[in-house]
Parts: sequence; structure tokens; C-alpha cells
Amino acid sequence: MSVIYLLLTISIVVALVFFAAFIISVRSGQYDDSYTPSVRMLFEDEVVKNTTIEPTTKIKKSNQLNKKQNL
Amino acid sequence: MSKCYHCGDNCNITAIVFDDKNFCCNGCKTVYEIFQSNDLTYYYDLQSGAGTTPLAIEGKYDFLTSNTIAQRLIEFDDGTVQIVNLFIPGIHCSSCIWVLENLKKLHPGITNSQVDFPKKTVRVTFKAELVTLKELVILLAKIGYEPYISLDDYDKGKSKTDRSILYKLGVAGFAFGNIMFLSFPEYFEVGEFWLDQYKGLFRWLMFAFSLPVVFYAGSDYLISAYKGLRSGLLNIDVPIALGILVLFTRSSFEIFFDLGSGFFDSLTGLIFFLLIGRFFQQKTYSFLSFERDYKSYFPIAVTRLSKKKKEETVQVYDIKRGDRLLIRNKELIPVDGILISGEAQIDYSFVTGESEPVQKISGDKVFAGGRQCYGAIEIETLKSVSQSYLTQLWGNSVFQKDKTTAFQTLTDSIGKRFTIAVLAIAIIAASFWMYQDSSKVFNVFTAVLIIACPCAIALAAPFTLGNMLRIFGRKKFYLKDSSVIEQLAQIDTAIFDKTGTITTTQSSSISYEGMELSVEEESLLKNTLRASNHPLSRSLYALLKEHDIETLDEYREYTGKGVQGVKDKSDVKVGSADFVGHQQQSDYNSTSVHVSANDAYKGCFVFNNNYREGVSEVFKEMGRYMDLAVISGDNSGEKTRLEKLLPKLTPLYFNQKPTDKLEFISELQANDKKVLMVGDGLNDAGALAQSNVGLAISENINVFSPACDGILDATKFKYLNNYILASKKAIKIIKLCFILSLMYNVVGLYFAVTGQLEPVIAAILMPLSSISIVAFATLATNVIGKKLN
Repeated sequence: MSVIYLLLTISIVVALVFFAAFIISVRSGQYDDSYTPSVRMLFEDEVVKNTTIEPTTKIKKSNQLNKKQNL
Repeated sequence: MSKCYHCGDNCNITAIVFDDKNFCCNGCKTVYEIFQSNDLTYYYDLQSGAGTTPLAIEGKYDFLTSNTIAQRLIEFDDGTVQIVNLFIPGIHCSSCIWVLENLKKLHPGITNSQVDFPKKTVRVTFKAELVTLKELVILLAKIGYEPYISLDDYDKGKSKTDRSILYKLGVAGFAFGNIMFLSFPEYFEVGEFWLDQYKGLFRWLMFAFSLPVVFYAGSDYLISAYKGLRSGLLNIDVPIALGILVLFTRSSFEIFFDLGSGFFDSLTGLIFFLLIGRFFQQKTYSFLSFERDYKSYFPIAVTRLSKKKKEETVQVYDIKRGDRLLIRNKELIPVDGILISGEAQIDYSFVTGESEPVQKISGDKVFAGGRQCYGAIEIETLKSVSQSYLTQLWGNSVFQKDKTTAFQTLTDSIGKRFTIAVLAIAIIAASFWMYQDSSKVFNVFTAVLIIACPCAIALAAPFTLGNMLRIFGRKKFYLKDSSVIEQLAQIDTAIFDKTGTITTTQSSSISYEGMELSVEEESLLKNTLRASNHPLSRSLYALLKEHDIETLDEYREYTGKGVQGVKDKSDVKVGSADFVGHQQQSDYNSTSVHVSANDAYKGCFVFNNNYREGVSEVFKEMGRYMDLAVISGDNSGEKTRLEKLLPKLTPLYFNQKPTDKLEFISELQANDKKVLMVGDGLNDAGALAQSNVGLAISENINVFSPACDGILDATKFKYLNNYILASKKAIKIIKLCFILSLMYNVVGLYFAVTGQLEPVIAAILMPLSSISIVAFATLATNVIGKKLN
């Protein structure tokens, strides 16, 4: 039954990881503006529109999008 | 009628067609061209007609070239990369976010830009060698997003956002969850061997989790209770702090001596719920400021003319007596001075709310806070910024006082009686058990204090008022914080400013008195007025019927007098009575423009103040249960009209200076009146600060309002009475919540007094009472909100 020590440790460590994630996200200012990101994520990356080769499928489009951002 | 493709306004007959799209003016067309040439037309796909017309800004931002001033505005600077945070009142939709975050496409020097929509700010990262701050600001202004830069930005240090409530909420929630989890076996008292074996470990873990909750997350309550006690006040935090401390000591005691599991679950739950309440109440309108003083309206720098007539930019605090200043069109006069040269048309609407500009001639005194409306003028400084007529008002001690600390909230006044009652019950119960069974004395005494901890009472007000605050916000009635609702409910006297508060600043009604004008005369009049830039001419021009544009044979403008137009040998004169050759008869109090045609007097246009929609109704309804008065800085010209409009015997006071208004209110308060002041201009700032509740009426909530407790959108003025009544209802809800929570307390006290309080009962009763109070408060306020329209 001493496995309960291990289980307790794991459960608390998991909880602590989430807690730390929360603290870090607050610190980085994620909760300062809770509205703008919800709008921002809906914008299409219009860069795609100007490329000469129109992507045919949505999957391709998002691939291209990623590449553009990586550049 | 076609709509402008850029700003969505109606295009007049003079629509500009470009790229198959209609534009209302050249400004809008230019913005479209900029966007089009930079592949930013997606802007119009997001929301049609989203733009704003850019205004002329020539020379306005010259002060940004001064390095010392620019450095005060720039947040981060490492020589090559600079970051600046600009407030842009024009941000209003998703298109705005999109275009401002794509600024880098407009200028290669801009590397990144990020919008904070609720605050209406944009943070721009740019390369200093490629673009200067001035160029950046001008670029923004050109596309219709002009940043608002005032003296306030110059003084402000780098403000830090306070996120402590989020951390505390995180800590409390984390510990609460884990403690609940650890105390689960105890709830069922299963006599299982292994669970018994590890009970000690579980309990010590709970103890460890509760430490940061009590001493970090709950610290605000302990500190507030300590402060209250030291100043002899029994606020609501006293019984809460007592509950927290008793819970903690008794639970620790039980664990140390292995007597039981303690109440750590209830303890952390209590603090967690209280913090949620506080978080909910903390609704702020980050794009509004309730602390504005004149600094938010004054420019950072103005142009000074040196002895050799050379122009230089000078910081307004550095202006000294005797300095010659150049005030350009649409610039604000920062100091009291004497007009030296130029045609002054000064708009004092910031100060008085009066929209009609005042004409000044060389040698006249001009006061700080006025905005020059026509051409450039030169003034000589008489007083420095802080000593000017208007700004002196802020030296009054009323601006140093903090209104909220002086006000005792309903919850706090309940808290006082509550603490006394709970302590009495605890002592009586303990002394009863002293005779019955002395081993239970300690248990009963602490149990009473634990179960009576007024968690639900403390939650009632934050949730009711916090929710009310949000509902009001949706109805364009923005309050500084939730205590304003409580104060609003107690108001028994309401004082209104006249100009700009119960009258509108945007349109004045114009009536014509005299002989009727013939069609030719009216056409000539309209064409004459077209050329004039005088504000009265502009409003008169807008009023007259459409006529074809004709070229005048002769047009002459006489400064301070009027204008003259000649066509086909007939002439028309518009202006002051003397100018058109008419003996002034009508009263001097109203603004009027006289007209003569071919030297024969025709009549005059009288500009009357336009009262807001529903003024009579608001006064009538509010007059039923409170005293009303109108207090105005203007002359008594509108007296008869006001008397007709308002309920009989409403006191009207005219010619009141800003300090008179302030004193008038403090006199009322000395007679134990709870005063509501409704005002708009900076001249009401003293009265707004002195009153119990100061409300600012604002035509455009983003741009202008003096320091106040609440901002009411001008279009919602007619609902003012409904808002006050809703506040009163909110207070009733809080009282109902108190009764509900007392009922829970009675049940809990039964267990406590009889010595049967088990941790599991506390763990059920506390969240249950809290949640039902929160649910009741939220539902009831939503019902009020529904009825508000």
C-alpha cells in the first residue's frame, strides 16, 4: 500500500504543473485582454490571397500559411 | 442616397466616385487608396463602412520631434527598436483590430503592432532609424486612427497592471480542489484499515495546502479587518477574518492533537468563493477613465514664438509669463493670456459645455481650456498652466479626498450588528455548555464563529452590484465601481448643469424671425454662407434648403461683424445687428444672426439651445421623490424656456462660477442631503467631485468627460430616472439576500450550539448558502435588467 505515497506525489505534481501553468499565463499577460484574441483568431491570413498559385484545398492553404509564418 | 464605402456615412450630392465606389469626402477616398495600394482591402470585407474620416493634422504633432517629449511617451527604447503604446479612441470594430495589426504592411519600419480592444490601445514596435514617432502618429492619423496624446501621458509613469486578484484566486482554487480531494475519505467516515493508516498524512497535506490560502489569498480580509478595528469600525471583514482565523486555529489544533480532520475544506472554499465575488465585482471599463482632470485634455506642447519670431516647440509646463504662443486652428489654449493678433473664435465647450464659439479681438483676455476654431492666433501668456483660471480649480481640497472610503456600505453596516450578535450567541452558548459539559465549551464556541462566518452576506453585494454594473454598462451607463450604485440609491437631491447636460451640444435649433426671404435672396444667402468658415455660418448653411452652387460676383468677410455677398447687382449681408444696419431690440441673451438684402433689413435667425429628448419627463419623474435644481454658468437668457420645460418651482441658478457650483453642493450636504450632480464640462469638475454621486453626460464617451463617478451616454439621458430606480431595486435584492443567508445561519447555528457540527455539515452548508445567494442575486438583477428598457 506504500504505493499511495507514489500516487499522492504524482497527483500533487500534476496539480502543481497546472497551477504553475496558470501562474505563468497570468504573468505573461494572457488574462489582461480577454477580448481581442477572440477576434484575432478569426482573421484569415490574407497573405494567401496575393500568392499567384491559388491553393485548391483547405489543407494546402493552411500548410502554406504555416510556411509563410515560419519565414 | 449612397453610403460612403469607407466610413458608411451618407454621401451628399457631392459624392466622390473612385474605383467604382462612392466616398463622402476626399479624406475617406485617400484612406481607401492607401489601403488598396497596400493590399489591405480585406478591411472592408470584415465590416463595411468601418472607417473614420481622417482630420487635418498639419503641424499638430510637431512636438513629437522633441526628443525629451518623445522619450516620455516611448515605453521601450534600445537605440534601434522602440515600443510605444498609443490610445486610439477610434477603435470600435474588428476591422480596426485587423488593420492596426497589419500596420507593418503600410510602413517597413514597423515590425509589430498589437491591439488591446477593451483598452482601445495599440502597442507598436518600430525601428527608430526607419520611422520616427512623429511619422508613426501621422501615419495612424492619415488612415483615420488618430492617437489621443495629452498632457496626462507626459506625467504618467509606466503603470503596472495589478494581477494579484488572479494569483490569489489561482492559489485558493488550487488548494480548495486538492483539499476537497484529500478530505473525501473523511466525509464518509469509512473505517477502512488503509485509509485509517494514512489519515495523518492526508491531514498534514491539507494543513500544508491551507497555509498559502490563509496567509496569501486571504490576506486582504485579515488586513482590512485589522485596519477597521484600529480605526474603531466593525466592517464586514471583521466577522470574515474572525471566521477565517477561528477555522484555521481550530483545524490546526485538531490536527496537532489528532482530534479530527479539521475544517480545511470549508476554510479554503470560503476564501475561494469570497475571492470570486471580489473578482466579479472588479468589473472596470478599461477604455474609460473616471479620474480625468484637465491634464487629459491639455496638449503636451505648444508653439512658442521667440523674440526673433522663430517658432519653437515648448513643453506646456515650461511656459512662463510673458511668453508669446502661437495657437493654430483646432489647438487648445493651455494658459490664460491676452490675444495679440489673429481672429479668435474660441470654443469653450470643454470648459462650459457651450458649443457656440466666442469671438475675441486683439487685446481681449483668453482663458485656458478654450479651443481656437478659426485660423492661427498669437497670445501672450499671463499665467502659467497650473495657475490659470480653470486649472486652479484642481487645487481645491475636494480633489484630494477619496470618496469611497468615507462611504459606509450596506454590507459594512450589517457587518457591525452581525459581529456583535454572533459574539453574543457564541458566548451564551459557551457559558451554557460550561454547566452542562465543560469538554464541549471550546468546540461549541469555535463552531458558532465558524458557521456564522458571513460568507453569503459578503457575497450578496459583490454579485448583485457587480451584475448590475454590467447591466448598466450594456445600457451605456458606465459607473466607476459598484459602491456608486449604493450611493445612487440613497440620493435625495439632484442638481443639473444646463449647457451640455440638459441641452445638446451638437445641434441648436434655429428659428427665423422677420420678413420672409424670396427664393433669390435665399439662394444668394446660401451661396454667401458657403464661403464662410464661421461656426454660426456653418450651422445656418446646413439649415437652409439646397440651392445650386453659383459663383458670387463679390464676397467679403468682415471679422467680428459678418459676411457680404454680391451677385447680379443684388447683395446680401449676414452678421451682427450693427453690421446689417439694424437697431438691436431683441434681448442680448440669445445668439442671433441678422440678415439684410440690398440694405433693407429682413430679419434674424435665432439660435436656441436644444434640450435633450425627455428632459421634462426626467424632471417630472425624479421630482416626485427628490429635490431638483438647475445650476448654470450661463446667463439667464433661457430662463423662460426652462421654466416652461421643467416642473413648476424648480430652482434655477444662473451665472454660477465653477467654485460656486462646488460650494452650492457642499452647502446642501451640510444639511444632510445626498446630492447627485449631473454635469458635463470641466467647469462642473469641482461639483462632480464634491457631490455624493457625480455623473458626467457625454456625447462621445471615448473623448471627453471630467473626473466623475459615472458616465452616462447622452442618448440615454431620458432613462436616468429608470437607472436610479433600478439601483434602488438592487439594494432591495441585497437585503433579501441578507435574509436568505441569515436563514442558513440559523440552521447552521442550531448544529453549532447543540455541539453537533461535523466538518461535513460545514462543508455542505457553506457552499450551499453561498451558491444559492449568488444564483438568487444574479437572477434577480437580470430580471431588473430585462425590465430596464
